[in-house]
Amino acid sequence: MKTRLDPTDLSVHRRAFLGRAAQGVGAVALASLLDSSLLRAQARPPRGTSPALTLPQKAKRVIWLTMAGGPSQLETFDPKPGLTRAGGRPMPESFTHGQQLAQLQGQELVCLAPMFPFRTYGENGTEISELFPHIGSVIDEICLVRSMTTEAINHDPAHMFMNTGSQIAGRPSMGAWVTYGLGSEAENLPGFVVMVSTGKGRSPQPIAARQWGGGFLPGRFQGVPVRGLGEAVHYLGNPRGVSREQQGADVAAINALNTRHDAVVHDPEIAVRIAQYEMAFRMQAGVPELTDVRDESRKTLELYGCRPGDGSFASNCLLARRMAERGVRFIQLYHRDWDHHSLLREELPLRAREVDQACAALITDLKRRGMLEETLIVWTGEFGRTPMSQSNKGPVGRDHHNKSMSMWLAGAGIKPGLVYGATDELGYAAVENVCTVHDLHATMLHQLGIDHDAFSVKFQGLDAKLTGVEGAKVIQGILV
Amino acid sequence: MIFRNKLRTMWYSRLFASFAIWLSVATAKAAEPEVNADPAVPARVDFNRDVRPILSDNCFLCHGPDKNRRKGDLRLDLRDEALKAEAFVPGKPDESELVARILSEDPDELMPPSKSNKKLDARQKAILKRWVQQGAEYQQHWSYEKPAKAAAPSDQNAVDVLVRRRLAEVGLKPSIEADRRTLIRRLSSDLTGLPPAPEEVKAFVEDTAPDAYEHLVDRLLADPHYGERMAIGWLDVVRFADTIGYHSDNPRNVWPYRDWVIKSFNANKPFDRFTLEQIAGDLLPDANTESRVGSAFNRLLLSTEEGGAQPKDYEARMLTDRVRAVGTAWLGQTIGCAQCHDHKFDPITMRDFYSLGAFFADIQEPVIGSREEGMIVASAEEQKTLAKLDAAVAEAKKRLEAAAPRLDVAQAQWESDVLRYAVTLPELAGDSKSTPADKSAARVVQAALKKDAKTRNPREREALQSYFRKKATPLFVVERDGVARAEQERRNFAAGLPKCLVSVHSAAPRTVRILPRGNWMNETGEVVKPALPHFLPRPEVAGRDLTRLDLARWLVSRDNPLTARTVMNRIWKQFFGAGLSKQLDDLGAQGEPPANPVLLDWLACEFMESGWDIKHMVRTIVTSATYRQTSGATPELLAADPLNRELARQSAFRVDAELVRDNALAVSGLLAAQVGGPSVKPYQPDGYWDNLNFPQRRYVADSGDAQHRRGLYTWWQRSFLHPSLLAFDAPSREESCAERNRSNIPQQALVLLNDPTYVEAARAFAARVLRECSGRPEDRLKRAWQLALQRDPRPSERETVRKLLDKHLADYRANPAAARALISIGVAPTPQGLDAAELAAWTHVARVLLNLHETVTRS
Repeated sequence: MKTRLDPTDLSVHRRAFLGRAAQGVGAVALASLLDSSLLRAQARPPRGTSPALTLPQKAKRVIWLTMAGGPSQLETFDPKPGLTRAGGRPMPESFTHGQQLAQLQGQELVCLAPMFPFRTYGENGTEISELFPHIGSVIDEICLVRSMTTEAINHDPAHMFMNTGSQIAGRPSMGAWVTYGLGSEAENLPGFVVMVSTGKGRSPQPIAARQWGGGFLPGRFQGVPVRGLGEAVHYLGNPRGVSREQQGADVAAINALNTRHDAVVHDPEIAVRIAQYEMAFRMQAGVPELTDVRDESRKTLELYGCRPGDGSFASNCLLARRMAERGVRFIQLYHRDWDHHSLLREELPLRAREVDQACAALITDLKRRGMLEETLIVWTGEFGRTPMSQSNKGPVGRDHHNKSMSMWLAGAGIKPGLVYGATDELGYAAVENVCTVHDLHATMLHQLGIDHDAFSVKFQGLDAKLTGVEGAKVIQGILV
Repeated sequence: MIFRNKLRTMWYSRLFASFAIWLSVATAKAAEPEVNADPAVPARVDFNRDVRPILSDNCFLCHGPDKNRRKGDLRLDLRDEALKAEAFVPGKPDESELVARILSEDPDELMPPSKSNKKLDARQKAILKRWVQQGAEYQQHWSYEKPAKAAAPSDQNAVDVLVRRRLAEVGLKPSIEADRRTLIRRLSSDLTGLPPAPEEVKAFVEDTAPDAYEHLVDRLLADPHYGERMAIGWLDVVRFADTIGYHSDNPRNVWPYRDWVIKSFNANKPFDRFTLEQIAGDLLPDANTESRVGSAFNRLLLSTEEGGAQPKDYEARMLTDRVRAVGTAWLGQTIGCAQCHDHKFDPITMRDFYSLGAFFADIQEPVIGSREEGMIVASAEEQKTLAKLDAAVAEAKKRLEAAAPRLDVAQAQWESDVLRYAVTLPELAGDSKSTPADKSAARVVQAALKKDAKTRNPREREALQSYFRKKATPLFVVERDGVARAEQERRNFAAGLPKCLVSVHSAAPRTVRILPRGNWMNETGEVVKPALPHFLPRPEVAGRDLTRLDLARWLVSRDNPLTARTVMNRIWKQFFGAGLSKQLDDLGAQGEPPANPVLLDWLACEFMESGWDIKHMVRTIVTSATYRQTSGATPELLAADPLNRELARQSAFRVDAELVRDNALAVSGLLAAQVGGPSVKPYQPDGYWDNLNFPQRRYVADSGDAQHRRGLYTWWQRSFLHPSLLAFDAPSREESCAERNRSNIPQQALVLLNDPTYVEAARAFAARVLRECSGRPEDRLKRAWQLALQRDPRPSERETVRKLLDKHLADYRANPAAARALISIGVAPTPQGLDAAELAAWTHVARVLLNLHETVTRS
């Protein structure tokens, strides 16, 4: 018989495993059930080395800042004087012939000069848009990649590709892969957390839960959405009329009955269920503790530029740092409304203002706490935007584009102060050190200590990998 | 996961990753899991069972069917090719290159090479060596062979005969039969998805008739809830959902298809007919409303309304989506792999893939954008009414038509008057208060009036006539109103009828090309016509193009070796927790050769011979002694067969997401028993749909009975599946899903504890117990246990819960406001005449019961 390693086989080994481990664990945890302070005091020892870690681990965790909608690289991080000169002239057909177009299908293709000036920041004199002075102020901590590309050109497939490495629904998202491979060190929070904020602009593009789905991996690895406003986690709050103490009494009773039932039927799943009730009950306290930022200094709040509980991207950045401190493995923040087909001049500065200071604050804050070197920060959209103008949707903007986009990374063994890759003179296509989504994934896994090519799960007969079957490369040039 | 050399530690890590939260390192180390020692190399190596899995997983990637990826001109999936390439000398392992290479200690020589991340273990090497020694014989892949039906004594259940034959081979003994309470609980869960009433359990336990069990099976198979239970798995493989999937994820009308599935199972529609209607219900000689609704299957794919979507892109996505779904649902093949290249492991070519896709190129549909209402799905009664209304419209039009000549004369007069006096239509006057639509229509008319009558196009002529008759003339007002009224009446009636997207054939199908590397922008590929996979038996058809009906007939033809096996393998999982071949979606080379292939073949043959009779197959399975075994395993059995592949016992598993809900509603007495109807919206956390757009959507939970429908009727929003279904592993149904995960995660606890659905169920359950059983708490506890678990509480359980009850009762006596708050959660009316504190305290007891592992487990 063939030895088959797949997620569904886990249960049996878990059974064999828990058969012996369960009682001790249950007893300890039950005792601490009603006393989360006691629980906090029991600091868990570090977990040793996971075999998924075949490489030296530089990043213990990831904070992925996703600018949903697709920010224009030409107004943010990729200065193109050539495009300024070409502004208003027809886009040379040599660039666009036979290429994918989204909303510009059948339209006249005209160059649109970048709308905002760039200036130099940092010791290396990196040029970025004036709309990002705070990011400019920490540019020496950042590795800017101007040669990123993707395959998809519509929002939905592009998000799917950026997060799961596939344009077919149902593959695990990167956060799921990473928590599957490395586990989590968080005691009372999920290992993979997603937060979404929305720009105060127009009607933003939708996003879908498959972007943080677990795909064919076991359900516990899927991303858990934590909301900045309202109830932080779905079903987290006790029902009306039930106090925490009463809730604890019920959970204790449930677990006591389950324990006794186990003595009759010897079902190892029961020990898991008991543990999950304990975890759920801890989360009920742990999440509010996470989102309660009263213990943050005024200086810190000012650094991020947020008001506690305002649900803003800035607030979420602060919470991301708090999650990082609490051992959450994969933190993904979405900020929506970067889809500037129109009103680029009017809207882009607003989005920039909503994220600029907080992005910089996150870097500064992590650095001063000594956490930047073990935290990988990534800033991307799901695709870039055309150097051609789009004028059929109101005041001018840019269309979706997959041949060039900019992204930046920081921390965790990424070369600080580096500008990597370049696009052609009009910013149409990445031409130097071209990076793909799979390359980005391979690089992120590499920094987490995982060899992307050896990290696979059997799915539909294939050794399915986050980085696909076509071959991906770690972007060595951006690594320290 | 392929860190094979670190197998043991890998298990450890993965367990650890999952349970790190609560396990200390010390505990985990002490409890390193056991991995069974590999069984010995069989004396007689069997190619399909022993060799193909090794070759497929380790060699075919570079030495298999895909010619573009093939290395060293060596092909190992075909014996002749391998011999030609001198890969081995049959009978002489020492002279065989293959054996030398897998045993080589030179890293440059070693196969598979280290950079493939593949590595053969000692047993695998030994098997290959022995296989060469024994002549290196090949076999056709097991699932492509026609299934053969093993003989079994006619007075015995063949399932038992074949299972026991296998058990004897591997030296295991079947387990004892489960107790009656467990049996009725298991059967009810498996056949209806609902718990038995305590009275039904009692009657069954006390029924001494020798065929009591068979009677119970027959009763449950005839229960209308049987169809609902069976539908769940099918809806997963056909990816049934209420929304389009991509981007805006807007609603689409397909729920009548869900009801069609339920009705088909309840009516025991033969599976071949069930298939024909889904793939080609519009093309059948006897096509009718029912078969057309079945053909909605072809419309269940993902589609988009995103601005800037390219039609050719989505045309390709839709084609591939359909091929994958048919591949999974009927064939159990990972055909999707052949979208970009020939399949790496199975003989499926790109041509097979696109030729299968071409079967669906005749379906009329907007590839991107505009939404369709779908076909009206009317009952016979409603169809009569519709016909009557249609006749009324026709009659009214006839009356108006009689007046047409005089109207036309008047219209000509009006036209010339307008021109002569340069009349501006009132809608276009400066002070007009007309709607923009009316203005725009009037503009068309005004422009048309300026043209010479002969140069007007049909649209302009139509606009003029319509404007004149509706707005400009006082003539024949009665006739004109008559038409308007009749049309309106028909519209109103039709608006209230269900609608469903269905398949509609187009005589001019889309052109389908092989897309090189799956790239839709590359139009250099060859154009293909519908064709059946080349490697499977298929009928000769000459002189015409194949249609969807041909595809459907082939899927359920006796010569097709895959469909019956695929369906039986999935059905088996419903009753035993795992398929006979574990990979439900892959019966190909990379799947698992079934532990008991004879049994799977017998089931497949019996299925076909019975006329594709699903109920017959279900009855055969659940009346077997194999099915009736206890799920408890002795430590020896657990050690010998940890995955229960040999079926020496039953399995215990947590029930599907929908059934978790159904069970709570049934126990509480809230369940609305209605079968079928539009999808419903149970309570959902605020803001869960915040990230949907175009348009923004507000979720409004249903009230009344609609709030208490079974889980399978839940509104299936693909991009944001209802979170309590999601927590229990219901799939988003964006892709065909043959097997759900079965996870055990903290979100499940949060749902069962805090989701208003379960809190409301708990308080209704509590009220039910208080009402049905006055008197001592002990009696009430007994009743509660009977309702939830169909057994009496154990003394220790009673004691724990008594304490809990007393504590909560004291709390709520001291805090009546909290009690009132708890017992008013949900739309169900708060019962009158019950003490609020007492009801609140009992609500906690009910809640504890609804949260128990045993409650959500079928054992």
